[in-house]
Amino acid sequence: MNNAQPLLDIKGLTVQFPSPSGWLTVVDNVSFSVGRNDIVCVVGESGSGKSVTTQAAVGLVQPKGGRVTAGSVMFDGQELIGASNRTLNRIRGDAIGFIFQEPMSSLNPAYTVGEQIAEVVRRHRGASRADAWKQAVAALDRVHIASAATRAHAYPHQFSGGMRQRVMIAMAIACKPKLLIADEPTTALDVTIQARILEVLKELQQELGMSVLFITHDLGVVADIARSVVVMYGAQVVEFAPSDQLFAAPRHPYTAGLLEAMPQVALERGHDPIAIPGTVAQAHAWPKGCRFNPRCVHRQDGPCTTQPIELIADGQGLVRCALAGELRLGLERRA
Amino acid sequence: MTEPCLRVSDLHVMYDLGSSGFARRKRLHAVNGASFEIAPGETMGLVGESGSGKSTIGLSIMRLIEPWSGKVTLGGTDVTGVSRKDVRTLRRRMQMVFQDPYSSLNPSMTVSQLLEEPLIIHRDLPKAERMKMIGEMLESVGLHAGYAVRYPHEFSGGQRQRIAIARAMILHPELVVLDEPVSALDVSTQSQILNLLKAIQAKSGTAFLLVAHDLAVVRLMSPNVAVMYLGEIVEAGPSGRVYDAPAHPYSAALISAIPFPDPERQRNATRIILRGDLPSPLNPPSGCRFRTRCPFAMAICATEAPPSVPVEGGGTAACHLHAHGPKLGGHSILPFIAQKMGAA
Repeated sequence: MNNAQPLLDIKGLTVQFPSPSGWLTVVDNVSFSVGRNDIVCVVGESGSGKSVTTQAAVGLVQPKGGRVTAGSVMFDGQELIGASNRTLNRIRGDAIGFIFQEPMSSLNPAYTVGEQIAEVVRRHRGASRADAWKQAVAALDRVHIASAATRAHAYPHQFSGGMRQRVMIAMAIACKPKLLIADEPTTALDVTIQARILEVLKELQQELGMSVLFITHDLGVVADIARSVVVMYGAQVVEFAPSDQLFAAPRHPYTAGLLEAMPQVALERGHDPIAIPGTVAQAHAWPKGCRFNPRCVHRQDGPCTTQPIELIADGQGLVRCALAGELRLGLERRA
Repeated sequence: MTEPCLRVSDLHVMYDLGSSGFARRKRLHAVNGASFEIAPGETMGLVGESGSGKSTIGLSIMRLIEPWSGKVTLGGTDVTGVSRKDVRTLRRRMQMVFQDPYSSLNPSMTVSQLLEEPLIIHRDLPKAERMKMIGEMLESVGLHAGYAVRYPHEFSGGQRQRIAIARAMILHPELVVLDEPVSALDVSTQSQILNLLKAIQAKSGTAFLLVAHDLAVVRLMSPNVAVMYLGEIVEAGPSGRVYDAPAHPYSAALISAIPFPDPERQRNATRIILRGDLPSPLNPPSGCRFRTRCPFAMAICATEAPPSVPVEGGGTAACHLHAHGPKLGGHSILPFIAQKMGAA
């Protein structure tokens, strides 16, 4: 195994979905990578393309009518774009585990949680029934379900929301994946439950030596869990940076704006949150030039409004901003 | 003291779950004796996990759910005592904004019709006057008056929530119950709506009951807050005091779980992680309802319900730790927790 290579390397990924007015580009030339033993967060609002990016990476947009028009996704030395369904089915649920926002709809109400986890192990690992069951119980134990051997016989409806999400995590890690993709896994949960889930995820990441690709809209959660952060806006990556750099000195006005808009930050600084004006850009009408320019307080006519903006290196990260060299965004936050 | 805008005294709400087979008739005690007041023009926040009963309180104040017992008064008028028919006239004085602006606005009505409906029902005004009010209301929630002819589906989530707020505010109510008003919105639009609500309140003097699970949002909006757990208010008081010096272990755990957007701070934060899960409200624990998840539970917690004690700096907390064990005597629980966690 070549450890210098990232575990997941997404390059120039472009995804389109049909609309009444033709194909819309909902993921536009997205590139980022997830290292081994890494935790990367993708942040963005609805319509930013954050979920579609990861779905496309593992071949899950075609069944929904979407298409990948360009790009490459290398996972552990293997190209996933264009890979056969057989290959993808082998990888998904095995080397790549998934957790989603709504655990109830991802669990089958007619089977016990133990049966459902054991089924995954049997399918991917060819384990015997007895062995698969043992591994299912071990997985439940790993996510701190008390008396796992007994609770494995329970049905999903007998668990609370927070426990169901831990059951989903148990299922996702039962085959000891190299990569865990978690799409807004704590969004529907309360803060104390969320704190618990984040703790479990960080613990598992260490124990199993896996990498986590975590999709969220909550920068508080990002600060808690991420090593690197991908910020998406209008189907594009607008900033990709190590977590410490991103929070201390955001390079993109959108990232800085999201931070300023957070109630926690406003409270700390003793004033009202500074809202980002306007509404989120839509795929059928991307603004010309920088897609964030109609909402940007730093906008300059010309540099920001005529040409598409390229992603350029800045500090230890990448940023897509025409004014990246001039703006000093994080400084007033730190003062 | 002036009459509060809203006074809730010993409110109980039961959900009748019916009976199955030979089983006894089941009732879920969703709200177990809640009492609080909101001053005119002020905001009180109601926080708690899902299933804590916070939304139920909002709905029963509006009489959208019938309270089982207890009393609710709005500016001195008895809300719980009036007939269902008279509740309708009371709704002119109290309104509600719901979480999901996609399902709370009738999709077949234009914005103008949506805003006109409450005026037609409650006010006797000529059409021209109504239209003038609608135009002014739209402007004050930051929407162009020309949007009045459009339908809800033509708007984004944040704009729809502006419409819902306009509809609630158009009768100049004394109280608006805001049930998770921003949790369905995008992060960048959430703060627009929060700032709008603050501005509207400053102008209109309407009191808000803000029901939300986002603790930072509640602190930002509300000078006073009540924390709920399994149908009971476990702590209440001025927000600054409750957030900075909580006196109940559950409030302390909730507040310590708010993630702050600073990685270094998150790494060094001491978080009180609650073990176990929320017990079923159908079968709440004896004594203190929080004791099954409380890291500091004592023998007395299983036998006696904790009384509400006054807390230094304002408000109350219902926890045995104040009179027993470490005998906190109405002080912040944080030094005790730090000591316990340091020892562990």
